[in-house]
Amino acid sequence: MSILKGRGKNIIEATIKVMGVVSILPVLGIFAYIIYKGVPAISWTFLSEGPKSGMREGGIFPVIVGSLLLTIGTIIASVPFGILTGVYLVEYSKDNWLRRMINLTIVNLAGIPSIVYGLFGMAFFVIAMGLGRSLIAGCLTLGIMSLPVIITATRESLLAIPKSLREASLAIGATQWETTWKIVLPAATPGILTGIILSVSRAAGETAPIMFTAAAFYLPFLPESISDQVMALPYHLYVISTQVPNMPGSNMMGTLFVLVSITVGFNLLGAFVRNKFRKYS
Amino acid sequence: MSIRKIKDTFMRHTIFGIAAFNIIIVFSIFFFVFTNGIKFFSEGSIVDFFLGKTWIPLSDLYGFLPLLAGSFWVSVVALGISVPLSLFAAVYISEYAGKRTREIFKVLIETMAALPSVVLGYIGLYVFSGIIKDMFGLNSGLTALNGGVLLALMAIPTMVSIADDAIMALDSSYKEASLAMGANKLETIVKVLLPAAFPGIFAGIMLGFGRIIGETMTVLMVTGNAPILNSGPLTAVRTLTATIAAEMGEVTIGDKHYYSLFAIGIVLFAISFLTNTVADYFIHKSRKNAG
Repeated sequence: MSILKGRGKNIIEATIKVMGVVSILPVLGIFAYIIYKGVPAISWTFLSEGPKSGMREGGIFPVIVGSLLLTIGTIIASVPFGILTGVYLVEYSKDNWLRRMINLTIVNLAGIPSIVYGLFGMAFFVIAMGLGRSLIAGCLTLGIMSLPVIITATRESLLAIPKSLREASLAIGATQWETTWKIVLPAATPGILTGIILSVSRAAGETAPIMFTAAAFYLPFLPESISDQVMALPYHLYVISTQVPNMPGSNMMGTLFVLVSITVGFNLLGAFVRNKFRKYS
Repeated sequence: MSIRKIKDTFMRHTIFGIAAFNIIIVFSIFFFVFTNGIKFFSEGSIVDFFLGKTWIPLSDLYGFLPLLAGSFWVSVVALGISVPLSLFAAVYISEYAGKRTREIFKVLIETMAALPSVVLGYIGLYVFSGIIKDMFGLNSGLTALNGGVLLALMAIPTMVSIADDAIMALDSSYKEASLAMGANKLETIVKVLLPAAFPGIFAGIMLGFGRIIGETMTVLMVTGNAPILNSGPLTAVRTLTATIAAEMGEVTIGDKHYYSLFAIGIVLFAISFLTNTVADYFIHKSRKNAG
């Protein structure tokens, strides 16, 4: 008798069910830990004040602002560029060498380790372009890292738009750009938006690409221009949990909680937008 | 020519220019990492780098094998945990779980992917390391095992979603034919569905491996930072990625040590290029299998 029948079957099926549940237990445990230890560490003072006495006291206001600025800058650097590249791939190109090249490079860009983006940002933006360690160098590095996700999301959403929509618009005399801008892109918005939200969630949580290009160890005031360094949540968490001795646990857990709320929050928002869209299509 | 036509022509050229600029970006990434890395080989020997057994930049020793050993042990642990778990989880959510459970699982698994690597590093440093230390009676819990367990958590979402997609994409006639022949559900899964979905499952494993080998912050924080060749799962190690992150802050820009980190970057580049090409090949193959 085969092991896939009778008693063997029952044992294997039970294993599948148990292991299936086991695979998500760690994430539940980690979230329980983060909420249990993180929520008590959050207070208005913690969110609204700057760090004091070597970061061991006070809050993380400049850190939150730094992360916010990095994220906004990343969106500005990557979103228009990524969407227009996606538009080129679907709306404007034939099956030519440029399209094949771009499709090939997206696949490979998406797999490059984030630390290699950090190396590139350091060699190119910080040194070769002379931007120095700055907000703008960090945004450009994170922006390039976000491109593959935004391009892929745009391409897939545009491909899902029926041809008849474009033909109807062109038939009543609209130009190709008018068709793209007023008909096709609005219809593809939910899918593109999901891609943007997910890439923002990733960019906000990344440490390796910004640690040599933008992030400051300790900077108690807010940046005044795009060529200033900034503090950022993920790098700050790394610094206070490994480089600063006698760091109070509540300070670290508070920082961690704020960081996770942002990245997971964006991720859930992305899932929400996508599910809502799925219902209508 | 009307203003609408001018706008249309202008946008056509702009969009083409932007698309072409993507290629320039990719080439400049290659160019800057490679030219800087090559400068290292012009100062030191390529053989000493790839076959060297000691990594002590202060003594001018740039042997890359200890770092490779670190990445190797972390990957072995991470793959050993994540591959079987992901397979079971993918079969569970695609074939056994109810619709509601499936939805909840998918959201949880995606959320897992959204945890920043520095957060997992923190958990490893302050929670897991203590558990591992007590469990194996070690002096320190900061080992390859610790890093591997955390990286498994990072690879599971990628592996499960792609394997689940591959199983769900199979034409229902596969399953129906097998069940109609009198095979039970488990036989159908093991003998029909999994073999048919194999290219997709394998692509997921490759992409998960890509995440494991490229992950930086978690391993930097939890593996003990010791570039030792003679290592194992229960010793401190230092991966390729962590070496770049740990040493970039202390190098003088333009010296040999600085370029050596770019040489490591070239190796990482090559690994990720290979992994992605293989994964991409299998993804295309799995689309052909799908109904």
